[in-house]
Amino acid sequence: MTSPCRFLPRARGLALAICFVLALTGANPARAADPTEIRIGYLHLLESKQQPISLLDEPNEDDGIAGAALAIEDNNGTGRFTNQHFSIEDLRLKPTEDAASAAKSLTDKGIMLIIVDLPAPMVLAAADAVRSASATLFDVGAYDDSLREENCRANVIHIAPTRSMLADALAQYLSWKRWQRWLLVTGSHPQDALFADALKRAAKRFGGTIVEERIYKDTGGARRTDTGIVQTQRQIPVFTQNAPAYDVLVAADESNVFAGYLPYRTWDARPVAGSAGLVPTSWDPAHDSWGAVQMQNRFIKLAHRRMKAIDMQAWTAARMIGEGATRTQSADATKIIAFIKSPGFEVAAFKGQKLTLRDWNLQLRQPILLSDGRNVVSVSPQEGYLHQTSELDTLGYDRPETKCKLN
Amino acid sequence: MQAQLIRRRARRRLGFGLIALAMSLGAGSPSFAYTAYVTNERDNTVSVVDLGKMQTVKTIQVGQRPRGIVISPDGKFLYICAGDDDIVQIVDTTTQEVVGDLPSGPDPELLALNKTGDLLYLSNENDALVTIIDVKERKALAQIPVGVEPEGMGVSPDGRIVVNTSETTNMAHFIDTEKHEVVANVLVDSRPRYAEWKSDGSEVWVSAEVGGTVSVIDPVKHVVIGKITFSVPGLRSEAIQPVGIRFTKDGKLGFVALGPANRIAVVDAQTHQVEKYLLVGQRVWQLAFTPDQKYLISTNGVSNDISIIDVSDLKVVKSVQVGSFPWGVAVSPE
Repeated sequence: MTSPCRFLPRARGLALAICFVLALTGANPARAADPTEIRIGYLHLLESKQQPISLLDEPNEDDGIAGAALAIEDNNGTGRFTNQHFSIEDLRLKPTEDAASAAKSLTDKGIMLIIVDLPAPMVLAAADAVRSASATLFDVGAYDDSLREENCRANVIHIAPTRSMLADALAQYLSWKRWQRWLLVTGSHPQDALFADALKRAAKRFGGTIVEERIYKDTGGARRTDTGIVQTQRQIPVFTQNAPAYDVLVAADESNVFAGYLPYRTWDARPVAGSAGLVPTSWDPAHDSWGAVQMQNRFIKLAHRRMKAIDMQAWTAARMIGEGATRTQSADATKIIAFIKSPGFEVAAFKGQKLTLRDWNLQLRQPILLSDGRNVVSVSPQEGYLHQTSELDTLGYDRPETKCKLN
Repeated sequence: MQAQLIRRRARRRLGFGLIALAMSLGAGSPSFAYTAYVTNERDNTVSVVDLGKMQTVKTIQVGQRPRGIVISPDGKFLYICAGDDDIVQIVDTTTQEVVGDLPSGPDPELLALNKTGDLLYLSNENDALVTIIDVKERKALAQIPVGVEPEGMGVSPDGRIVVNTSETTNMAHFIDTEKHEVVANVLVDSRPRYAEWKSDGSEVWVSAEVGGTVSVIDPVKHVVIGKITFSVPGLRSEAIQPVGIRFTKDGKLGFVALGPANRIAVVDAQTHQVEKYLLVGQRVWQLAFTPDQKYLISTNGVSNDISIIDVSDLKVVKSVQVGSFPWGVAVSPE
C-alpha cells in the first residue's frame, strides 16, 4: 500500500509537513492504517476517427476519462481526511469488441463500480453480463430514452441526460421566446431519428408546432476539403428554400453530418437550434455560474484542455461514487450503491442546485444548459414550468409516463 | 444627520487636520450612524451605505470580482477579496481609497479576521489551501492544505481555532491557529459555504448551500449535534440554499440567509427550530449586524440591493439600492 500522502498537492515542500500533521492528529484513529481502496472501472471505446464539421469539435483521446480522473483527485482530497483512496481501471474497446466480456473482466478483478461510455446496445450487454456479480454501471455516454424506459436495468445508473431531457430543455426556452413554429431538419441515421422523435414530443409538450420536417440525407464524403465552403454556401440555402413560415430551424443531427453548416446559410433569416446554433447540453466549456469557474480551472490544470459535456458526466459519476463512499464510510460497492439509490442522496455539480436520482428509472435529475458555442444562453427548466415533485422532472419522461420496471 | 453632513464636508474641504474636530461634532448625532460597506461582485465596487440616512452615499472602485469583506476592529481598514485579481485589497475607510494589498494567493473569496485584527484567514479555492496573513507585516505566515474548494472561514471567539469549509469535499476543517494544522474534519452536507461560531464558543454552524441545511457542530467533540432544515410553503426545496449566518450576542437567535429562496430564516439558536422566514431581496448571500445589533443587513445579489432588518421586531424595514450583484457586507464599529 502506498502512503496516504502521495496525492498531496503540488507544493512539494508542504507535503512532508502535512504528512507529519496527519500522522500527529488524533481526530481519526483509523488514519494510522493504510487507506481503504475504492477501485472504479472505466469502460469506453477507442477514439473515433470520424472528422467533425468544426475543427473545434475534434475528439480528444481522454474525452470523458479526464473528467473521471479529476473526480478521483477530488475524491482523494476528501479521502485524505477519511482514510479512503480512489483509483481508476481504464479499459478501452474497439466498437466490434464484446462489451459483456470486457465488463466481466473488471468484475473478475473485484471491480463492482464501472463507469461506461458506450453506445446503448453495449451498455445493455455489459449490464446483463455483470448483473449476477452485483456490479453497477454508471452510464455517462448513452442518451437513449429506451435505456431508461423499456430497456431499463436495476444495475445501471444514468448520468448522461436523455434525448427527451435535452429536447424538453430546448423546447421550454423556445416557447419562452415565443419561437413556436419549428422547421425540423432530421439526419438520415437512426440516432438522428431518435433525437427528432424527442424534439417532436417536446414540441407537443411545450406548445411548439413543426411546420415541416425535412430529411437531410448523408451521402458520405470527406469533411475537410480545401474549398468545400463554396459548395456549402450554395447547398444549404437551396435545401431550406420554400419552407412554410417558421420562427426557428431545429436540427436533429447527432451524427454531425450537416447541422454545423446551417447557421447563417438558411434561405430565410432564421435562428438555428438543436444539433447546432443553440444546443442543449449537460455542460459547456464556457459555463461559469454557480462556482463552475473553479471546476473549469481545475479541469484545465489537469487535462490541459477545456471541459466538455462527456467529461462532466464522467466527473459526476465518479463524484457520486465518492459521495457514497464518504457518507457510508465504506468501500463496499453494495453499501455505496444502496446509499446512491436512497432518498437522501444528492450530489453538487455546479448547476445551481442539488442533483438527485429518479427512483423509478435511476436517471440523474439535472438542469440543462443551452449553449450557443461561445456562451451559456440560458439554463432549463425555465421559470414557470412547475412540478409537484421537482421542476427538474419537467425535463424528460416523468414518473407517470415511464415504461421502466426495475427489478 | 446634520452633524454627519458637516463631518463629510469638513473632510472634503478642510482635510485631515480638522477631522478630529468634526468627529467631536459627530459625537452628538444619534447612535445609529454606522456605515455599511457592500462589495458588488459585478461592478468591481464597494458601496458605502450611511445607515443613518439608509442610503448609498459613495461608491469605491476596487479590484475585479470583490466578494468577501471584513473591517478592522478599529474601523480604519477594509480587507476585500478581489478574486479575479488574486489579491486582498486594503481600503482606508477615512480616505475611502485602496491603499494597498495583501499577498492572498490565487482567487481569494472569503476571509475572516481575528478579534485583535492582526491575523487574517482566507481560503484559496483553486489550490485547496487556507492562507494565514500577518496584517501588519502584510505577509503570509502559513498555508494549510484543506479539502477541495475551500470557502467559509470562521474564527472561534478565543481565536484558537479557525473553521474552514470545503465545498467539494463537504467538510468543516478545524484548524489550530497556533500550530497551523488541521485538528479535526467534520463531514457536513453538500457544498458547505459558511461557518459561524456562537459568541460563547459552544457551537459552530455550517451552512450547506446545495444540501439545503445548516449543521450544528460541537467544536469540542467535533461532531454534528443537530441539523437545521428549512421549508417555505410554495417554494421548491432546491431553491433553499443556505449561505451567510449570524448570531445575536446573547446566543438566542441565529439568522441564516437562504440564497434564491429570497428569505432569511430566523432560528431559535437553543432549540435549532426555525421561528420565522423574513422575505428580503433576490438571491440573499451574506449578513452583518450593526455593532449594537439593532439592525441586520443582508446583501441581495440579484435585486441589487441590501435589506435592513429590525432585529427586535424581526421585520424588514428598508431596502437600499447598492451596486450590481451585491455579495459581502461589513459594518463600521462606530
